[in-house]
Amino acid sequence: MKPAGAPQALLPRQLWWLIAALLLVSAPHAARLPHWTTLLALALIAWRTHIARAQLRLPPKWMLMIIAAVAMGGTYLQYGRILGRDSGLALLVIMLCLKLLELAALRDAMVLVFLCYFLVVTNFLYSQEILTAVYMLGAVWVITAALIGLQMRGLHPAHREQMRGAAIMLLQALPLMCVLFMLFPRLSAPLWGLPQDARATATGLSDTMAPGTVSNLLLSDAVAFRVDFDGQMPPLNRLYWRGPVMWDFDGRTWSAVRGAAPARRELSAALTPVTYTVTIEPHARRWLFALDLPARAAPRALLTNDFQLLSQTPVTSRLRYSMTSYLSYRDDAEPTPNELRRALALPDDANPRAAELARTMRKAAADERAYARAVLNMFRNQNYYYTTTPPALDHDPVDEFLFSTRAGFCEHYASAFAVLMRAAGIPARIVTGYQGGEFNTIGNYLIVRQADAHAWVEIWLRDAGWTRIDPTGAVSPLRVEAGVAAALPQLELLPLLGANYAWLQQVRMTWDLMQNSWHQTVIGYAQDQQRSLMRRVGMQDTWATMVTLMSVAAAAIVGLLALLLLHRLNAKPADAALAAYMRFCARLARRGIARAPSEGPTAFGERACAARPDLAHAIRNISGIYVRLRYGSRAETQDAERLQRAVRDFRT
Amino acid sequence: MSLQLESVVRQVGEVILGKERQIRLALACMLARGHLLIEDIPGVGKTTLAHALAITLGLQFQRIQFTSDLLPADILGVSVYDRDASTFRFHPGPIFAQLILADEINRATPKTQSALLEAMGEQQVTAEGETRALPEPFFVIATQNPSHQIGTFLLPESQLDRFLMRVELGYPDAQAERALLNGVDRRDLLPTLAPCMQPQDMVLLQREARKVHVSAALLDYLQALVDHSRSSPDYMNGLSPRASLALLNAARAWALMNDRSEVQPEDVQAILPSVVGHRLHPGRDHAPVAGSELGAELIAAVPIP
Repeated sequence: MKPAGAPQALLPRQLWWLIAALLLVSAPHAARLPHWTTLLALALIAWRTHIARAQLRLPPKWMLMIIAAVAMGGTYLQYGRILGRDSGLALLVIMLCLKLLELAALRDAMVLVFLCYFLVVTNFLYSQEILTAVYMLGAVWVITAALIGLQMRGLHPAHREQMRGAAIMLLQALPLMCVLFMLFPRLSAPLWGLPQDARATATGLSDTMAPGTVSNLLLSDAVAFRVDFDGQMPPLNRLYWRGPVMWDFDGRTWSAVRGAAPARRELSAALTPVTYTVTIEPHARRWLFALDLPARAAPRALLTNDFQLLSQTPVTSRLRYSMTSYLSYRDDAEPTPNELRRALALPDDANPRAAELARTMRKAAADERAYARAVLNMFRNQNYYYTTTPPALDHDPVDEFLFSTRAGFCEHYASAFAVLMRAAGIPARIVTGYQGGEFNTIGNYLIVRQADAHAWVEIWLRDAGWTRIDPTGAVSPLRVEAGVAAALPQLELLPLLGANYAWLQQVRMTWDLMQNSWHQTVIGYAQDQQRSLMRRVGMQDTWATMVTLMSVAAAAIVGLLALLLLHRLNAKPADAALAAYMRFCARLARRGIARAPSEGPTAFGERACAARPDLAHAIRNISGIYVRLRYGSRAETQDAERLQRAVRDFRT
Repeated sequence: MSLQLESVVRQVGEVILGKERQIRLALACMLARGHLLIEDIPGVGKTTLAHALAITLGLQFQRIQFTSDLLPADILGVSVYDRDASTFRFHPGPIFAQLILADEINRATPKTQSALLEAMGEQQVTAEGETRALPEPFFVIATQNPSHQIGTFLLPESQLDRFLMRVELGYPDAQAERALLNGVDRRDLLPTLAPCMQPQDMVLLQREARKVHVSAALLDYLQALVDHSRSSPDYMNGLSPRASLALLNAARAWALMNDRSEVQPEDVQAILPSVVGHRLHPGRDHAPVAGSELGAELIAAVPIP
């Protein structure tokens, strides 16, 4: 502690506010920082708390230097560098906590407050979701309240009053914020990398498929993409969102072809096209999803030979593209010999019983179609179950599934079906993607979640080309008709998707709509949107116009607020004091102590004191301040505040 | 309030029993540089009060008994031919004192009354073409019998207006009267009194009173009171600007006596009945009541803004 009487020493309550602000603003970072950093930061804060509680001396400078050096070394060891987003953040947090330990004077506290504001910004380097923004708004509120506490040191404001002051300040800043958001010239590319959450989600389809890869996605209600249909949305059971197509099978795992060849052809026979716009969440892969079958490639994307839609670069940020698809189609292009070979290949030693079954059944069937129907009938009529929690499969997964476990998710059925087809000499490939989706009735768009992931099979028939067959539909027609939640047995309810309460649905849809709007209008407000907005209001879309407009608007807002403030400073205090005193009188009147209109404040105060001796202190205090304000010549500048506070705290 | 004023109140209170409020009002009137009219029936101690005040305040005291044959010169003084100096020499009348007790002022003729009132208003006298200043401080305490008594000349309103306050002493309460009966003659007490302050102290206190702060809010209240007296049908005539000034100055003096540096509505209310009592008359539809009651009604009718 500084010697007594040191100028502008920090009060304990100011310190608590600072610590609260610091904790609040760095809490979301705890998950991003290495554990030792979090622990060190907490230890430093605890140390400072102890010092303040026990009124000890602050640690000497050299000790802080050592801790700082250790933290730097640790950060370097952790990240291999000192600069950069993650390492910089770790250092910043540690340094802030160290700053707490040399927090003796008001000046240090101000530095801390401004660094806390900076820490708010760093959170947006990691996440720009609505919840982050709301949380950070709260953090800014608390930091501002702490700042007010530092400034109003002589007055000992109540906590509530600090929060109130900060809220008013934030509200006053709101118009300015809007102006800056709308008009501050946007760069064509961000200065720094996009937040982590805009890059890759942990979940998503991959370019391989083995038992369990798709059913794992079931537990994720993360949004894969959202779709706006131009016209009527086709029925759910026709919505097959085509993703990676897999040709190669090693007995257990299917995998997609790397470097797929561009399409040699356009769709030949087709009926009415469906047009729609997809907003896809980033998933760090190149696939774009389109309804089976896409008519042409999206801009900056290509359509492969097997109708996969591939972006030129991995999708690392939210992407919006318009598509046209044909739900009824006929692909009668001849596969190349190479393609046919791959569509028939089976590993020699794997799944012998399945191969045996295929040969038997093929002999019994009249033609390829009849054979496929027979296999589907087998799934439908024998004891096959559709479940999200299939038993683990060991060596020859297809054999095990077909003959012993007989319970599986879509990938099991697709895989088994494709194997049975290939074993009987029918070219087959696996298509993964999503099926169905959830229609948001509030926002009128379709949400497709990771949980809607699906896998199906395409077989090549000489007279029909590649034909989609969904073996899961044979086992569980509900999956295709009504979505995955409806298809599952009651016991396997999914945490979120399964709930059928109408209000919960409503909440979920509203929330999704909010998120969607947030992404489209706030996060997605980039240079193009800004320029088109400028053009729409009839202004030039140059940065000079925007800067001019922004300066004028900002100056107008600040000027208006300043005028308001001046007006209140000049004219209001007496009126405000009168109003506060009237509130005080009204409160007493409710308790039966009414002031006569012609009763002077002092006389009334004495009468009220006599009637309520328990409140005498407060009543005398309020009357005294009021008389000083209204009639006195020596009213102190803080009297107005004091009166407001006293009246607010006055409880009868 | 300064200790001096407190001791004045105490000492005078020992002579005039049970009339502390009137004593305080009289003091406030003096602090506001105003003149005092005491109206009451004979024998309630009007003269004793004035005398006791004069002694206690250490003021030079003169008493003028007003009668119907009193002439202005009897008050102001006359020039007498001095044979030795072969000139007329002015013999100052009883008005050349710091505190004048004008006893039974309404028994004198209007001509004599006005001679006194000129002195009160201007604080100077003009006799035989020569203007002479009166001493500082200068107070007139006039006593008046109720106007319905025989042989009185009613003071015209314009002259009443020159008195800052009018107080009524009233009968003493039973306790005070018993003490009065048990004690010695009040007039015998007077020679035993010692002055509590110097005339100069009174001048200083008067200056002090002028410095008492008056806020805009208080002036609002004051004006609301005056406006009401002018617009309400309860009063025959409203309060004059001189009356508003009188209210303000008296309220300042009252605040000073209560040891405050600012005037509060309560101060105005405390002095108002005495200041407006002799200035207001009930309106045509109003029951005939005493002026001080009109003052109380005025207070009750005007809310404090």
